[in-house]
Amino acid sequence: MKIHEYQAKEILAKYQVKIPRGRPAMTSEEARKIAVELGGPVVVKAQIHAGGRGKGGGVKLARTPEEAGRLAGQMLGMKLVTHQTGPEGRIVQRLLVEEALHIKKEYYLGIVIDRAAGKPVFMASAAGGMEIEEVAAKSPELILKEWIDPGTGFQAYQARKLAFGLELAPELVNKAVQFMTALYQAFQSSDGSLAEINPFLLTEEGDFYALDAKINFDDNALFRHKEFAALRDLNEEDPLEVDASKYNLNYIKLDGNVGCMVNGAGLAMATMDIIKYAGGMPANFLDVGGGASAEQVKNAFRILMSDKNVKAVLINIFGGILRCDTLATGVVEAAKELALSIPIVVRMEGTNVDRGRQILKESGLNFTVGLNMKDAAEKVVALASHAVPEAKVQ
Amino acid sequence: MSILVDRNSRVVVQGLTGKEGTFHARTCMEYGTQIVAGVTPGKGGTSHSLDGSNHPPVPVFNTVADAVRATGANVSVIFVPPPFAADAIMEAVDAALALVVCISEGIPTLDMVRAWRYLQEKKTTRLIGPNCPGIISPGKCKVGIMPGHIHKEGNVGVVSRSGTLTYEAVDQLTRRGIGQSTCIGIGGDPIIGTTHLDAIRMFNQDPETQAIVMIGEIGGTAEEEAAAYVKEHVKKPVIGFVAGQTAPPGRRMGHAGAIIAGGKGTAAEKMKAMHDAGIFVVESPAEIGAMVEKTLRK
Repeated sequence: MKIHEYQAKEILAKYQVKIPRGRPAMTSEEARKIAVELGGPVVVKAQIHAGGRGKGGGVKLARTPEEAGRLAGQMLGMKLVTHQTGPEGRIVQRLLVEEALHIKKEYYLGIVIDRAAGKPVFMASAAGGMEIEEVAAKSPELILKEWIDPGTGFQAYQARKLAFGLELAPELVNKAVQFMTALYQAFQSSDGSLAEINPFLLTEEGDFYALDAKINFDDNALFRHKEFAALRDLNEEDPLEVDASKYNLNYIKLDGNVGCMVNGAGLAMATMDIIKYAGGMPANFLDVGGGASAEQVKNAFRILMSDKNVKAVLINIFGGILRCDTLATGVVEAAKELALSIPIVVRMEGTNVDRGRQILKESGLNFTVGLNMKDAAEKVVALASHAVPEAKVQ
Repeated sequence: MSILVDRNSRVVVQGLTGKEGTFHARTCMEYGTQIVAGVTPGKGGTSHSLDGSNHPPVPVFNTVADAVRATGANVSVIFVPPPFAADAIMEAVDAALALVVCISEGIPTLDMVRAWRYLQEKKTTRLIGPNCPGIISPGKCKVGIMPGHIHKEGNVGVVSRSGTLTYEAVDQLTRRGIGQSTCIGIGGDPIIGTTHLDAIRMFNQDPETQAIVMIGEIGGTAEEEAAAYVKEHVKKPVIGFVAGQTAPPGRRMGHAGAIIAGGKGTAAEKMKAMHDAGIFVVESPAEIGAMVEKTLRK
């Protein structure tokens, strides 16, 4: 789960991680008032769930409260495009207004789970303020790493190694150690999957701040952090994906025109791959899960079909726990209820497959049967490309 | 032969009395697996009947240690809800079981970090999963949720991060008359007990496994590490597929571990590493069975 910068900073502040003074604003008037309260120059920052905001014009310095209000007015409602948003960009609906600091140097701090090591790794770099992926790719030696043993946690000596590694002046090391320790506490206590401070700022006055902050939560651990539910911003998510999540369906919208519905994440990805291999493009990733009910299948179908780009649908089910007859019942109900007019190719295998095929056949609806994955993919791609000119005629 | 599970496996089911545990314990038992015990804290001393099966009820214990002491169980399979699953893994490790198969999906990553460290410290137990379909040695023993009937006893080892995609690959093999020595679903989480590399190493040492099918997916670097091992040590043919060639970066594709992050973990990179290691990589998931057949004929 992703959250906004200002929300991440509020969490960090609870763990004594130092952040610039500031508050979120939803209107230009609010932004102006916050600037008055803060006094002096402020920074107005667009709050979207994507990085690279500065380059896209989503971070601006205001010298007076009036200027802050004016900039906020320009930013709110604007479409912000960054390298992480894709060309469609995001509409800015929230801002963060905070004090402008005197920047001396920008560093980088981050904590992620190192899959190969099976434990979190604390990273620090003197090449802060930049795309850390770029640094990692071009000069990995600039990123210092300390692996964290879950039995003992992040130790002070590890923070000192990182701090001295960043070549901080000796009188600054203890401050940096405190900051890093607090950051680890925040990461660990909130079940983070990522915590990133970039830039990790050293001011002219010799203080460290989290100038920007990003925290992602582990979705699997949300059950023990009920308070995080309030941090979800549905405006940042695709409405179809939000809808799908209500039914415990895993749906991700993509750009193609072949809709697909599959049980199991691996098979769903493989189905997308074979659609491409057959010359088409998948319109989505949709995993209905291992134990889907007819009701879930019906909703999955409805969500799939509300993407207007979809010209044909491939249903690929390998029945294990999810039985083919359950699937078929759901599909038939959905097809009738939604009065479907686009072609559907069904490929089923596994538990109760004969019963499932029977249900599809008896429904009187026009399903195309895929004999195997390859056959199904070729058929659906052919149907989707034929459907395009028809759609244009209408 | 086969690896990790066979006719001598004596299985204790953690979470036996739950709906999932009961259902799958029954299908395993019907397949021929020796289900010798169940563990449900508070229900020790009772026995649990697997509805619809003719087998005698299974004795239930409060702790894994009790179950092991009374029944000589050497394998555990875990069906407990995700908030308690890491604890269940550690309990099984503490009881020194040789193999623990964790089916549960949705375990918090930091819980798994602790369980993983515990496993490494004890060194007695191999973990498969979590978030996996389990393991089957066709014709001998099934410890997991896969449909047993699609498998066939034979000489191809299968290792995969996915569930249903593994069934797809196995089905392609069986339809061609090609049987499997053991099929392992290692799970789709970021932190798992048995990796591709571990499974391939065991298949390589198993005299009856003649070829290995390795099914990977986007995210992490486990496929690359396995490929490096194959290049160095494996003479048996290895056939590979990587799911997620069309997956967009930065999006979690169902499995917690299936995400291209920071430009790493793409299917293209993995396929290249596998190809360079001499693995027969197929681009289409429909070609797995045909490629195995081709390499076995050589």
